[in-house]
Amino acid sequence: MRFEISNLNFFYGAKQAVFGLNLKIPKNRVTALIGPSGCGKSTFLRTLNRMNETIRNTRVAGEILLDGQDILQMDVVGLRRRVGMVFQRPNPFPKSIYDNVAYGLRINGYKGRLDEHVEHSLRRAALWDEVKDYLHKSAFALSGGQQQRLCIARALAVDPEVLLLDEPCSALDPVTTAKIEELMFHLKDSCTMAIVTHNMQQAARASDFTAFMLDGKLIEHSETSRLFTTPQDPRTEAYITGRFG
Amino acid sequence: MIRARLIWRKSLNAVMLTLTGVAAFAVVSVLFLILGYLVINGGRSLNWDFFTQLPKPVGETGGGMANAIVGSLKLLFLAAIFGLPIGLIGGVYLAEFGGKTFSFITRYTADLLNGVPSIVIGIFAYALFVLPVKHFSTFAGGVALAIMVIPITLRSTEEFLRAVPNNLREGSMALGASKWRTIASVILPAARGGIITGMLLALARVAGETAPLLFTAFGNRFWSPGWNQPISSLPRMIYDYAISPYDDWHRQAWAAGLVLLGLVLIANIGTRLVLSRGGGGRSA
Repeated sequence: MRFEISNLNFFYGAKQAVFGLNLKIPKNRVTALIGPSGCGKSTFLRTLNRMNETIRNTRVAGEILLDGQDILQMDVVGLRRRVGMVFQRPNPFPKSIYDNVAYGLRINGYKGRLDEHVEHSLRRAALWDEVKDYLHKSAFALSGGQQQRLCIARALAVDPEVLLLDEPCSALDPVTTAKIEELMFHLKDSCTMAIVTHNMQQAARASDFTAFMLDGKLIEHSETSRLFTTPQDPRTEAYITGRFG
Repeated sequence: MIRARLIWRKSLNAVMLTLTGVAAFAVVSVLFLILGYLVINGGRSLNWDFFTQLPKPVGETGGGMANAIVGSLKLLFLAAIFGLPIGLIGGVYLAEFGGKTFSFITRYTADLLNGVPSIVIGIFAYALFVLPVKHFSTFAGGVALAIMVIPITLRSTEEFLRAVPNNLREGSMALGASKWRTIASVILPAARGGIITGMLLALARVAGETAPLLFTAFGNRFWSPGWNQPISSLPRMIYDYAISPYDDWHRQAWAAGLVLLGLVLIANIGTRLVLSRGGGGRSA
């Protein structure tokens, strides 16, 4: 197990968004988080690299273990280097393609061969062939799908053990979405992934395990094939068959 | 009945559209009137001497305002090195770090400071930097202008930083960057164009100020070496020359107005050129 989460509660001010959540995220697998809007799945994902701490007046209670270590006790910089994140909207920095990928390495004081590392990361994100001749062009010149793969390359450059994906395809067309799903499949060798998605087909296609959340609570969690074919909870069944949400 | 209503609505629409058009035209024509008047009157008496010669004594014709041009540049230089960094760093604080109460107070104070009549800022600088040493100085004038630069830079920097989408901050923090690192290498570069434009506007604004200089930099008909002597400036010369009884001086005042405008314009266009060439997110 990479992540072991037990009795996690999360609060925005006085409003509780996640209630007593227990979940295990296995190593080198893709775990999908599904559920209707506002069910707390993004909030939950963002507790895993403590991104919520950047929002004022939030509080987390419970235990999150990464390889047996409590992440709430860790140095947050070290944690975020180990747990990378890709966001809903592509958010390349206003820099060149090269500098976007090199950014994470530079801030972490990497002194090795930057060029090789950048190429390797872009290859892992299946973007190298499309951008190798334009590495010093602005990242904004890329299409939306390329930008999102650039953001994945940027996250991969620091060699994270875990990659959190917060609806990474919701702003992309189906062809690009397919590319990113294929990419996730190949990344499984070296990386554990957790993906929040609104797209149930995507969860069914791309994940090994699926967790269904509703109103801040984890309703059901099992292997993806089982959750989508024989859901145990009537609410899960209602959601995946499209009766609400 | 319905038809009458329709005609009423259509004519109201036409009237309002005309009104807005007329108002917009009035604004533009005032601007072009000023510019045109300045070019016609100033252009006639603008010559090489104006840029190279000192003012001639009363009664002699000719001469220039070289000392005032250099004086204005020196005063602006001081205003820039004292005012811009404080405004910039304060703006970063307001946009990126500030808590609720202290930010509110700072922002409110800056807006008030922005509204303080410039002559009051002149008196302030006079009391602080002229009275203790008992003489006017370039330094006092520069500081007076810097005080005016600070709130403008502060507020414009804050606005442009706030306009940077939050997902850039998150993207950088998610890679393990500290807050300061995020601001320095992602957020500030993203807002660079706007911030620099804001700074330029602040300098352009104080470049034309006369009131704060009246009893700080004072004025000088000769060169002013160093930073410790009274110094001439273009706005001050325009004031002196425009209220004088001599036709020759009136013409030179127009020329000085044109030069002042030209300096501001050159700085503006120059910065825009540099920004557009280096812009587009090329690396840092």
